Amino acid sequence: MSRQASRLDAKKVNSEFLTLTYGALVTQMLRDFENVDDVNKQLERIGYNMGMRLIEDFLARTSAPRCLEMRETADRIQQAFRIYLNVQPTISNWSAASDEFSLLFDTNPLTEFVELPSDLSNLRYSAILSGCIRGALEMVQLEVQSWFVQDQLKGDNVTELRVKFVRRLEEAIPAGED
Amino acid sequence: MSEEIVFDCLHAEIVNYCLNNSKDQNDLGTLEYIGFTTGYRLIERLTRDVGRFKDELETMKFICTDFWTLIYKKQVDNLRTNNYGMYVVQDKAFRFLTRISPGSKQLEQAPKFVAFTCGLVRGALSNLGINSTVTAEVQTIPACRFHIEVNRG
Repeated sequence: MSRQASRLDAKKVNSEFLTLTYGALVTQMLRDFENVDDVNKQLERIGYNMGMRLIEDFLARTSAPRCLEMRETADRIQQAFRIYLNVQPTISNWSAASDEFSLLFDTNPLTEFVELPSDLSNLRYSAILSGCIRGALEMVQLEVQSWFVQDQLKGDNVTELRVKFVRRLEEAIPAGED
Repeated sequence: MSEEIVFDCLHAEIVNYCLNNSKDQNDLGTLEYIGFTTGYRLIERLTRDVGRFKDELETMKFICTDFWTLIYKKQVDNLRTNNYGMYVVQDKAFRFLTRISPGSKQLEQAPKFVAFTCGLVRGALSNLGINSTVTAEVQTIPACRFHIEVNRG
């Protein structure tokens, strides 16, 4: 048996396990909701909740100090993607005011086995990622907006996730579910 | 380690989603089904380069040892069979129960943390040609016992 086990690459299995489980969840949601926008909202919310939990692990793991400007925040988000999803997005397209940037993904592990049928063109399959960023940053008193500008699932060359600074939250808001 | 926490968070969210979204809070069917489709697809990718299993016992051993260790990061503590198609897997520190504090109130909640896995195992076996019924029993958190019954005929 050990001979067989050695052929299985644990890292790859973990990543595929996550990808396939997420896919099963999205499929279930599409069955549960008639409206694709509702699915987008649910995925975003799940990401938001996960972000709120993951940021604690991130802070504990990296002992990162407080960010003083968005450029630092962008670096941390990039680092988080490397730690948790094993991908390294490129940071680019800064706005003139340095309050808005893009994360460019050559590959997106969540969509590895996915092809969108044409009737689901407004499904934001990876909405969990933008939700996650929003949830995580809110826990460190940063309110941001995050949305997809380009998506490889929809035929674009890269997947581009935009992050925009909204405001600094004065004090920690108790974490709510909704 | 780092990917584990991502999956643990996702699993917790899936549990909440399935229960909040169903009319009956005790209906674990959706959760089990999500596990089933995941297991069905995952095993297909995993066994691509593995030789064909010679019989049911060998398949079971693969699922309950190699597969289990990969997914749950530890070996099962015990695997038994009555040799009539009934297999019992015991895990004394089941991954999705280790973050829950032991107590009778929590014990009531335990079934929702094992339903995905019941489906996962059933799905994996199904793709390998074994039709089964998988149930789980939690007596003390975080220990868990999975009963796999092969449906023959």
